[in-house]
Amino acid sequence: MKRLLLSLLLMIATPVLAEEVVLGLSQDQVAITADFDGSEILLFGAVKRESPILQDPPLEVVIAVSGPSGPLTVRRKERKFGIWINTDAVEIDHAPSFYAVATSAPFNEAMSNVEDQRHSVSIPRAIRSVGAPVGIEDAQSFSEAVIRIRTSEGAYQVLENSVSVDEQTLFRTSIKMPANLTEGDYPTRIFLTRGGKVISNYETVINVNKVGLERWLFDMSRNQPLMYGLMSLAIAIAAGWLASAAFQVLQRR
Amino acid sequence: MQIYLPIAEVSVNAFLLLGLGGMVGILSGMFGVGGGFLMTPLLFFIGIPPAVAVATEANQIVASSFSGVLAHFRRKTVDLRMGTVLLSGGLVGAALGVVVFNYLKSQGQVDLLVRLCYVVFLGVIGSLMFVESLNAIRKSRKNAGPPKRKKHNWIHGLPLKMRFRVSGLYISVIPPLMVGVLVGILSAIMGVGGGFIMVPAMIYLLGMPTKVVVGTSLFQIIFVTGFTTLLHATTNYTVDIALAVLLLVGGVIGAQIGTRLGTYLKAEQLRILLALLVILVCAKLALDLLLEPSELFSIGAAGGH
Repeated sequence: MKRLLLSLLLMIATPVLAEEVVLGLSQDQVAITADFDGSEILLFGAVKRESPILQDPPLEVVIAVSGPSGPLTVRRKERKFGIWINTDAVEIDHAPSFYAVATSAPFNEAMSNVEDQRHSVSIPRAIRSVGAPVGIEDAQSFSEAVIRIRTSEGAYQVLENSVSVDEQTLFRTSIKMPANLTEGDYPTRIFLTRGGKVISNYETVINVNKVGLERWLFDMSRNQPLMYGLMSLAIAIAAGWLASAAFQVLQRR
Repeated sequence: MQIYLPIAEVSVNAFLLLGLGGMVGILSGMFGVGGGFLMTPLLFFIGIPPAVAVATEANQIVASSFSGVLAHFRRKTVDLRMGTVLLSGGLVGAALGVVVFNYLKSQGQVDLLVRLCYVVFLGVIGSLMFVESLNAIRKSRKNAGPPKRKKHNWIHGLPLKMRFRVSGLYISVIPPLMVGVLVGILSAIMGVGGGFIMVPAMIYLLGMPTKVVVGTSLFQIIFVTGFTTLLHATTNYTVDIALAVLLLVGGVIGAQIGTRLGTYLKAEQLRILLALLVILVCAKLALDLLLEPSELFSIGAAGGH
């Protein structure tokens, strides 16, 4: 009875203890220029609260930055008639092109399994596959393969203990975005947790955009594909002629 | 110096691309091949998405072939008449090839077919050329006498004869048309200009002199790949102009160097080198099929073939 009362009291008390995120970003825009070579984004923030700091369990911070998501086909090779060919294929209907999770503690300590499931924070949870076609028993290994391949490319990152938290109030981390970045909105989520439970979350968006020449060429290739194709051919012919003419002049000397 | 490619959406080293373009350009000018069968796998290797690599490669081949063909025009080693006949066959073949390709795509496994096509054709053509040119070299060492007169075979019995002055041939238009169609089909399926099939076909099937073959092959490649570029640009939006420019700057310079290098070499030596190159690429592709890959899984675009 006493315990029940206590927990009831705690439940009522939670809103009073509310802790909120105030976030800053070193940049909320990533401009992809012709010489774009990756980018490092600094995320920093503070915890706003109107009550004394709760000492135990300690405050942890989990930050997830996700790239634009889209469907994928994952294929597996198998040996048939002596050669390696693609046999099974599984459609993954939702996988981000980029995903980074930064935490202030080992992931399992910072966020419980239940909360992870609810908010889809860890990488395996961020990938969704509706179901494999009949005849494929180990569909799990296909989404594992996506994680393995993308992690080795640096597109998926798990950065445990990389968020530093000072005085349970200030936190900061930096996330390195690779050079092979896809354009789009990068939803960024920040979770404050205590004892694995999410007590507050905050969402913002980092914009990744092509600019300048990159923008112009990309738009032209989509909006005026015929002109774009003819332009490519014209450049090719002109370059071919120019090189030929230049070499002829060189040879005459 | 890293550069971000707007359509491929990857960042690559600009000098690496210039170097690759130059290297393939030299081969292109020397042998009259577009170089697509070399460049496309190389682009995959440095991380360019396959669809972009194939489309952009076609655009680059236009540049290096044009640069090469101008040099050949100056030396009068282009048989325009033969080129036109081959080309008209080639365009028909390319259209047929697209139909075949789409049919196979609906059946799945088009990737495998393309690879097998490469291995089989490169292997057969490479080894045939290698043996033939070895024999030729051996013969020319034994007796430097006058060359034998061309043998008459069934090809010379066909109707619709036409005189190809530059090639020194008086044959029916049917065999070149057939060669054109066949190469057109294959190049549509394999996504290359088809020079490495066209060159041996012209030498061995039509009996054209090697010197004329290179320029004539380049001439018809320009049109086939130009057509392919436009198709890719308008339907798949996969031509990356920034990638193409970097490759073709290296490519056109390389092609000029290549055509000049080609004149220093004897026809047999030229052929044996091309044969070795073809065999090498074939061996690499065959090994990829035979050896267990380190990563069994691959990620592709959804709904792709």
